[in-house]
Amino acid sequence: MTDAPMSTSATLRQTVEARLKVRHAQERRFRAYGLAAIFVALAFLTVLLGRIVSQGYTTFLEYSLTVPVYVDPARVDRTDISGANFDLLIADQVLGRLGIKDDDFGTQSSKMMDILSNDLGFQLLQKVKANPSLIGKTVSVTGPVRADGALYYKGEIKKSTPEDERKLDNTQLQWLDKMKSMGMVSSGFNTGFLTKSDSTEPEQAGVWGAIVGSTMMLIVTALLAVPIGVLAATYLEEFAAKNRWTDIIEVNINNLAAVPSIVYGLLGLAVFINWLHVPRSSPLLGGLVLALMALPTVIIATRSALKAVPPSIREAALGVGASKTQTVFHHVLPLAMPGVMTGAILSMAHALGETAPLLMIGMVSFVPGVPEGFTGAATVLPVQVFIWENASERAFHERTAGAIMVLLVFMIVMNLAAILLRRRFERRW
Amino acid sequence: MTQNRDEALDPVVGTAVPGDQIKIRARDINVFYGAKQALFDVSLDVAEKSVTALIGPSGCGKSTFLRCINRMNDTIAGARVQGRIELDGEDVNDRGIDPVVLRARVGMVFQKPNPFPKTIYENVAYGPRIHGIATTKAELDAIVEKSLKRAGLWAEVSDRLQQPGTGLSGGQQQRLVIARAIAVSPEVILMDEPCSALDPIATARIEELIDELRNQYCIVIVTHSMAQAARVSQRTAFFHMGKLVEAGDTGDIFTNPRDSRTQDYITGRFG
Amino acid sequence: MLTWVALLALALFSGATFFAARGKALAAVGGRPIGLHSLPGYYGGYVALWVAVPAALILLLAAGFGGSLEAGLLRSSESSALQALDAQQRDVFYNDAVTLSQGGQPSETVYEGPQKQALADAVSKAKHLRSQITYGALAAAIALALAGVAFAYPKIRPDFRARNQVETWIAGLFILCSVTAVLTTIGIVGSLVWESWRFFQSVSPVDFLFGMEWNPQIAMRSDQYASSGAFGAVPLFIGTFLIMIIAMMVAAPVGLFSAIYLSEYASPLARSVVKPLLEILAGVPTVVYGFFAALTVGPLFREFFNGIGGLLIGSGLDGLGQYLSQVQNQMALVAGAVMGVMLIPFVSSLSDDIINAVPQSLRDGSLAMGATRSETVKKVVLPAALPGIMAALLLAVSRAVGETMIVTMAAGLQAKATINPLDTVTTVTVQIVTLLTGDQEFDSPKTLAAFGLGLTLFLVTLILNIIALRIVQKYREQYD
Repeated sequence: MTDAPMSTSATLRQTVEARLKVRHAQERRFRAYGLAAIFVALAFLTVLLGRIVSQGYTTFLEYSLTVPVYVDPARVDRTDISGANFDLLIADQVLGRLGIKDDDFGTQSSKMMDILSNDLGFQLLQKVKANPSLIGKTVSVTGPVRADGALYYKGEIKKSTPEDERKLDNTQLQWLDKMKSMGMVSSGFNTGFLTKSDSTEPEQAGVWGAIVGSTMMLIVTALLAVPIGVLAATYLEEFAAKNRWTDIIEVNINNLAAVPSIVYGLLGLAVFINWLHVPRSSPLLGGLVLALMALPTVIIATRSALKAVPPSIREAALGVGASKTQTVFHHVLPLAMPGVMTGAILSMAHALGETAPLLMIGMVSFVPGVPEGFTGAATVLPVQVFIWENASERAFHERTAGAIMVLLVFMIVMNLAAILLRRRFERRW
Repeated sequence: MTQNRDEALDPVVGTAVPGDQIKIRARDINVFYGAKQALFDVSLDVAEKSVTALIGPSGCGKSTFLRCINRMNDTIAGARVQGRIELDGEDVNDRGIDPVVLRARVGMVFQKPNPFPKTIYENVAYGPRIHGIATTKAELDAIVEKSLKRAGLWAEVSDRLQQPGTGLSGGQQQRLVIARAIAVSPEVILMDEPCSALDPIATARIEELIDELRNQYCIVIVTHSMAQAARVSQRTAFFHMGKLVEAGDTGDIFTNPRDSRTQDYITGRFG
Repeated sequence: MLTWVALLALALFSGATFFAARGKALAAVGGRPIGLHSLPGYYGGYVALWVAVPAALILLLAAGFGGSLEAGLLRSSESSALQALDAQQRDVFYNDAVTLSQGGQPSETVYEGPQKQALADAVSKAKHLRSQITYGALAAAIALALAGVAFAYPKIRPDFRARNQVETWIAGLFILCSVTAVLTTIGIVGSLVWESWRFFQSVSPVDFLFGMEWNPQIAMRSDQYASSGAFGAVPLFIGTFLIMIIAMMVAAPVGLFSAIYLSEYASPLARSVVKPLLEILAGVPTVVYGFFAALTVGPLFREFFNGIGGLLIGSGLDGLGQYLSQVQNQMALVAGAVMGVMLIPFVSSLSDDIINAVPQSLRDGSLAMGATRSETVKKVVLPAALPGIMAALLLAVSRAVGETMIVTMAAGLQAKATINPLDTVTTVTVQIVTLLTGDQEFDSPKTLAAFGLGLTLFLVTLILNIIALRIVQKYREQYD
C-alpha cells in the first residue's frame, strides 16, 4: 500500500493536529457560554415565577372568624341602627369570649378592633338593618381576620421579631393564638379575592373589578384593532399598488410598532381626553389607546399570515373568474385566518399586560367597584398590580403577587390558545 | 486490504482500481436521514490523482455519498451513516479521526459558489488561518498567491485582493472557492455539481481547472451533465435510487455500459 | 340611547332595502341569476350600502362630536354677567350649565344675581342646542337613508355592474383602515409637537435640553415656573442612558449567546422546549418585572452591597465600605439589570432570525474547510450577520429607553446626573409618569413638560428604529 502521503501533507497534518487541543477547548468554551446564557435566561424565568408564586399563593388562603354576637339592645338603638358601633360591639364580645376584661378607656377593645376586619361589623349592620327583630338576639357573623392578623397566621409576622418592629403587639398575638385554639378561626380558599373589588382594607380587597375592567377594555381594543388591522393588512398586502404612498404607510406601520407605549398614553391624554372629551379612566378610553397601540402588531402579523398563502391559490381563484375581492375574501383570508387569529390573540395578550399608557389616562385612581359601563371609571389588572405595589401596608404586597398570578393565568391562557391555534391549523404548502 | 475484498464487489461494478492506487475505499455504506434510507450498501473505490465522476438522476444519493467522505453528513440533524469508508486505509468514521483534520485533508466545493462575505484574500487565507498553517504574514501571502494561481484566478484578482469575494462573477467565485479549498493542501477535493450554477464559458474554465488539478489531487465530482462526466473524469460511477449500479473507466461506462439502467440513463431515456 | 335606537332602525331598514333590491334584480331576469351581471346579493348590497353608510356616519358623528359642538355653540354668545369671571371659572360655569341641562349634579360653585340668571339661560340654551343637534342629526340621517334608496334603487338593472360598485365601497373601507395607521402617527406627532410647543413658550428648548437641574416641583409656584434650570432634562437623559447601558450589558451577551446556541448547537427538541419558555419570558407584563425588581431584586442587591460594605468598614477601603453600607433599594443597577432580563428574549429572538438568515451554504463552506462550529460562528456567521445584529441591538436600546414600568417601580425619582450604578437615578419615562399622574391642571408647564419629554423620547426611539429597520432591510436584501 502506498499509504505514505507526500511529505508536505504529512507536515501539514502535524501542524493541524498540533492545534487541535486548543481549538477544541475553544469550541467547548464557546458552547458553554451559549448554554450558560440559556441557563441564565431560564433561571431568571424560574426565579421570577417562583418568587411571585411564593409571595402570592398565601393570598388565596383566607382566615375567617366566626363569632356569635349578642346584639345588645342597650348598645343598638332600634330607631338609629346605623348609629350603633357594631365594630366595637363585636370586639367587646370577642374579648368576652376570650375572658378578657376591658378597662374604662377601651384600650383592649380598640386593640381587638385592629385584628378584626370591619367587614364583620358591616355584615352585622346589614343583617340587623334588614331584620330589626334581631336586636336582643344572638347573631352569628363570619368575616375575615384583619390583614395583619392573617399575616401572623401565615407566618409572615413572627413572634420572634421584636415587639416594636411589628404591627401587632404581644397581647394581640396571644389573642390570635387563643382565637385559633378556641376554634373561632377557620381557614379556607379566599374566594373574596376573586369576587370582590379594590378596597382600602387589604383583607377585603379583590381583583374582580379589575378583571371586569380588563375584559371590557380588551373588548373595545379587540373590536377596534382586529378588524381595522386585518382590513388594513389585507389592503396593503393584496390590493395596494406598490407606490410611494404604500411605502410611506408601510414604513409608518413598522415604526409605530416600535414607539414606546407611554407615548400612546400621551396621545390618549392629548387627543382623546383633552380634545374629544372621552371620559377619563374609562374602559372605552383605555381600549381606544390600546387599540392604536396594538394596531401595528395586528397589521404586521396579518401581513405575514397573508404572505404565507402561496400565490398559486390566488391564481387558481382568479383563473376561474373570481374578482380580486372575491379571491381575497373567499380564499386567501380564510386560509390565512389561523395565522391572523394567532397574531390577534398575542397582541391582545400584550395589550392585557400593558400598564404605562393607562397611567397617562387617569387609570391610577382608586375604583372600589365594578366599572359602570364602558364610560365609567375602571381599573384593570396590571394597573391594580401597580396601585397595590405602591401601597404601604405589607398585606398589599401579598395581594400584589396574588393579582400578578391572576394576570399571568389570563396571559398564559391567551398564549396557550394562540399556540394551540397555530399547532392545530399549521399548514405547510 | 486484500485483493479478495475487491473481488467481493458487486459484479456489475466494472474494472477495479488497482490496489496500490486506491485513495478512498468505501464498503457497504448505508445512509439514513431520519427514517428514510438514502444510500443502500454502496461499495466503491476511488483512485488517487484522477477524477472520479458520480452521475445519476436527482435524488439518487450521489451527493449523499460525497458528503460521507468528509463526514459533512454529521452536520445534518438525524443523519446516520453505516459502513466503512477508508482514506488511505484509515476509517474516516473511526473515533480516533477528528472531522476537523479529516476535512483539512478532504476539501469540498459546493453547487452554489459560497465565498464568505470577506475579502478575496481573507477567503483564501481562511483555511490556513484556522488551522494555523501559516505562521507569518509572508507565508500566508505566499499560500494565497499560490492557491489563486493554481485555481487560475490570480491574473484576474491580483490587483484587488482586498475587495469582497462576493463581488466576483459566478465563475470567478467558484474558482475562488476552489482556491480556498486548495489553500490547505488537501489530498482529496470533493465537488458537488460545481458547474450547475454557471454559464457555459465559466463551466469550461472550471473543467479545464479540474483537469489541471488532477495531477496533484484525488478529485470526486458529482455532476448532472453526462457530457461533463465524459470530458473531465477518468472513472465514472452511476447511482440510481440510492444504489451504486455500475462503476468503471469512463470510456467503458459511456460506450459499453453493462447495466440496462446505465444504458437508459446515458442515452437520455430518464433522469 | 337615541343613537342606538336610530342605528338599529337604520340597520333594519337597510336590511329591508337589501332584500328589495335583490328581489328587483332577480325579478328583472325572471328569477334566473345567470342573466345578471353580478350575483344577486351584490345588487342588494349595493343599495343597502348607499342607505346605511352615509346615515350611520351622520348619527355617529353627532354622537361623538355633538357634545363638543354644543359646548362650542353655547360659548359663542357670552352673557355680560360672566365678565367678572376668569377663564377657569367660566369653564366651570359652562360645565355646570351642561351638567344641569342633563339633569346631573353641578359643581359646588354658588352663582348669584345676574350670574344665576345667566346660568338659567345657559341651561335652557344648552337643552335647546342639544335637542337641535340630536334631532337635526336624526332628520339628516333619515333624509340620507331615503336619498340613498332614491339614488341606488332605480339603478338596479340586469346589466348594472353591482359587484364592481360594491367592491369600490370595500376598497374605500380598506383604504380608510390603512389610513388609520397614518392618522395615529399624525396624532402622535401632532399632539406631542403642539403641547411641546406650548411648553417651550415658557421654558426655552436650550434650557430644557442642556439644563443640569431638574426640579419640576419649583414650577408649582405660578410666578416661578420659568425660572431657569428647573426644567433642565440632562439628569434625566443621563439616568435613562445609564439604565439603558446596564440593561444592554445584561441583555446583549445573554440574548446573543442564547440565540447562537439555539440556532447553531441546540437539537430540534431542545429548541422546541427553550423557545416557548423564552417566549413566556417575553410575554410577562412589564409591571410584573417592576414588582420583581422593587420587592425582590432591590432588597437582595441592597443587602448584598450593604454586606460587602460592612466587611470593608474599618479596613483599608473604609470610605467605600461606608458608602456601600448605605446603598438603597432604588439603585440604577436594579432597574437596569431587571430591564436587561426583560430584553433577553427580545434580543435573542431578533438575533435568532438574523442568524438563521445567514445562508447554510456559508456554514457548510466553513465546516468543509475543517473549521469547528465555534470558528464557523465567530469567523463566518457572526461577521455576516453583524449588521442585522447591530440593528437588533439598536431596537433593544430603543425598547430600553422607552420602557416605563420597571423604572417607575424600581428606579428613583431623584434627578441626579451620575453614572454610578449604585446610585439612584430617574429616567425620562419615570418623570413623564410622575408629572402626569396626580391632579394637575392640564395647562401648567409641569404637565406640558411631560409632552416635551415625550417628544424627545419619541424622536430618539424613532431615529433608532429607522436606522435599525434600514439596516435590517439592507441585510435581508443581501441574502434574498
